Amino acid sequence: MQPILVFIETSQCEIKKPSLETLSEARRIADNIKAEVVSLVVGDNVSPFAKEISSCSPDKVLLVESPDFKEVITTTYVRALLEALNKINPLVLLLSATPFGKDLAGLLSAELKTSAIQDCISISYEQGSFIAKKPVYAGKAIITVKVIKTPAIITLRPKVFKLSVAEPKNVIIEKISVNLGADDRRIKQKEVVKSAQKKVELTEADIIVSGGRGMKQPENFRILEELATLLNAAVGASRAAVDSGWRPHSDQVGQTGKTVCPTLYIACGISGAIQHLAGMSSSKCIVAINKDPDAPIFKVANYGLVGDLFEVVPSFLQELKKTT
Amino acid sequence: MNIITCVKRVPSTETNIKIAKDGKSLEQTGVEYILSPFDEIALEEALRIKERFGGGEVIALTVGPAESATTLRTCLAMGADKAIHIKDTEAYKRDPFAIGSALASVIKGLQYNLILCGKQAVDDDNAQVGSILSRLLNIPFVGLITKLEISDNKATVHREISGGYEVLEVSLPAVFSAQKGLNEPRYPSLKGIMSAKKKPFEEKIVNFEASSLEILKMEYPPSRPAGRIVGKGVEAVPELVKLLKEEAKII
Ligand SMILES: Cc1cc2nc3c(=O)[nH]c(=O)nc-3n(C[C@H](O)[C@H](O)[C@H](O)COP(=O)(O)OP(=O)(O)OC[C@H]3O[C@@H](n4cnc5c(N)ncnc54)[C@H](O)[C@@H]3O)c2cc1C
Ligand SMILES: Nc1ncnc2c1ncn2[C@@H]1O[C@H](COP(=O)(O)O)[C@@H](O)[C@H]1O
Repeated sequence: MQPILVFIETSQCEIKKPSLETLSEARRIADNIKAEVVSLVVGDNVSPFAKEISSCSPDKVLLVESPDFKEVITTTYVRALLEALNKINPLVLLLSATPFGKDLAGLLSAELKTSAIQDCISISYEQGSFIAKKPVYAGKAIITVKVIKTPAIITLRPKVFKLSVAEPKNVIIEKISVNLGADDRRIKQKEVVKSAQKKVELTEADIIVSGGRGMKQPENFRILEELATLLNAAVGASRAAVDSGWRPHSDQVGQTGKTVCPTLYIACGISGAIQHLAGMSSSKCIVAINKDPDAPIFKVANYGLVGDLFEVVPSFLQELKKTT
Repeated sequence: MNIITCVKRVPSTETNIKIAKDGKSLEQTGVEYILSPFDEIALEEALRIKERFGGGEVIALTVGPAESATTLRTCLAMGADKAIHIKDTEAYKRDPFAIGSALASVIKGLQYNLILCGKQAVDDDNAQVGSILSRLLNIPFVGLITKLEISDNKATVHREISGGYEVLEVSLPAVFSAQKGLNEPRYPSLKGIMSAKKKPFEEKIVNFEASSLEILKMEYPPSRPAGRIVGKGVEAVPELVKLLKEEAKII
C-alpha cells in the first residue's frame, strides 16, 4: 500500500495544532488500510519538531530544513511538497484546512492536474478511493465526494478530527533537500504584523464569545473580552458589528466570514440571520443572550437566555468567577 | 493596467438550500442568484486600481450557464469594460481544476497585468480556482488579501494570517484572491446600468478537462435539537451556568 503524506504546518517556532489533528486522523486511516504515515515538516531549524510530532505516531518524518524556508511562503513550500510527493508517491496528501494549507492544496492540485477537496469533516478510504464529506453553502448542506485520481489532495477542517497523542517514540527521520529557482522567489515576505493582544485564533478556539449589533458600541466589547479571557475563548462578531467598524473583518463569523465549530459558541446581541447561522450552527453547544424572545438565534440555541445583555453578561461573568 | 476578474454566479446567501431529486445537487426552483460576494470585492478592487491609474481595461470573466450573462451584466454595470462568458451548462458539476483550466485557456490569449478572484465562491466553498489558475499561467498567487498597492510592476499586499497580517511583495502579473476588508463594493449606478448594454460582451466555447472528483451525494447537516430557553434576565444566569457545567459539561 502506498503511504499517506501529511503536511505539518509550523509558525513561529510552534506546530499548528490542526496539523496534529490531521496527523491523528491519518494514523487512524493508515491503521485501517495497513499503510504508512509520512509527515513532512518544512522550515528553518525544524528538527526539534520531529519529536513533538512523534507523539501522533507517524512512521516517518521527512524534514526539509534550510534558511530558504524561514519565511512561510506558498511558492517555496510548494517546491518542498512536490519534492516529497515525488519521493514517496503517496495515496493521499493531507493538510489541515488553514488558510496556508488551503492555498498549498490548490497550488499543488494544479501541478498534479487534479482538484483538492477542501475543509473536509470526514474521510475514508473505500474500494481504492478516498471519499470525503465537505460542507457547501457555508454548511447549509454537506456533499460526499469521491476522488478519482491519485494522489488525492484533501484538507481537513480544524477542530473536527480528534487529536490522539501517545508517548513520543523514536521515528525515522529523513532529511531531503530542495532547490529553489528564481520563479519560486517571486513572492517576498516584508513584514509580519501581529495584533497587540495575543488572541486565540477564531477557527481553532474551543470557546467563542461573539457580539452583534446589540453590543451598541465598540467599547462595550470589553465585557465580551473579559468573558473570553476567563474562558480562554476567542471573540467573534456578526457582520453588523464588523460593518459598523466595531470589530476587525477577521472576527466576522458567517457565510462571508469564518466558519467555526467550537465546543461552545456564546452569541450576545446577535439576531441569528441565515448568513450568521451558516457559519456557526455546527458548534457543539450554542448559548444565546438576546432581549428579543423571537430572535431566530433561539431556534438553534441549546441554552437561550432572554434578557438585556448588559445585565446578563456581567452577571454571567460573576457567576463563572464564583464557580471556577 | 489591464485587470481580469474571475466572477461566479452563486445562490443568494439568503437562500434556504433545498436538495434536488437526484440527491446530489441544489434544487433550482425559487433560487435567486447573485455575484459571489468575494468576487464583488475583487471587481471593486480592479475598478479602483483602474481609476487610480487612469487607464487600461477591466475584464469580467466567467464560466457558467446562459444565466451567468446576468452576473456579467452586473459587473459591466459596476464599471467593468468588457465581459467574457465561457458558456457551459455543466459548470455546476465541474471540479476546480476543470474550471481553472478553462479560465486559463482564455486568459492566455489576453493582455493582463493582474488577475483578481474571490477567496472562495460561496456555493461550493472550494477556495482553489484562483490558486490553480496561477499555476497554470505560471504566475504567483497570494490568497486572502486585505490591501493591495501597485508600483513599478510590483504589488505590495496584506494577507490575513492568524492573529494579524503579513506584508508580501509580489512581482506582476499575479493572481490575488480577495478577502473581506479589502474594500466596500459599490452599487451599480443608473448610468452604469444603462451603459452596460453597450459594452463588449464576448462568448466563448472551450473544451473542459475531465473531472477528478465525483459528487456522490448531497445531504442536510445534522439537525440541531430544538432551541431551549433557560429563562429570563439575570435570575436565570445561575441556572445557565449550572447547565453548562453539569449537563453540557463544557465549563
Ligand atoms: C451577501 C451577504 C453576506 C452576509 N454574510 C454575513 C456573515 O458572514 N455573517 C453575519 O453575521 N452576517 C452576514 N450577513 C448579514 C446578515 O444578513 C445580518 O444582517 C447580520 O448577521 C445581523 O447582525 P446582528 O445579528 O448583529 O444584528 P441584528 O440583526 O440587528 O440583531 C441585533 C440583535 O441584538 C439584540 N439586542 C439589541 N440590544 C440588545 C441588548 N441590550 N441585549 C440583548 N440583545 C440585544 C436584538 O434583539 C437583535 O436580535 C450577510 C448579508 C449578506 C447580504
Ligand atoms: N465558474 C467560475 N467562473 C469564473 N470564476 C470562477 C468560477 N468559479 C470560481 N471562480 C473564481 O475562483 C474563486 C474561488 O472559487 P472556488 O475555488 O470555487 O471557491 C471565485 O471567487 C472566483 O473568483
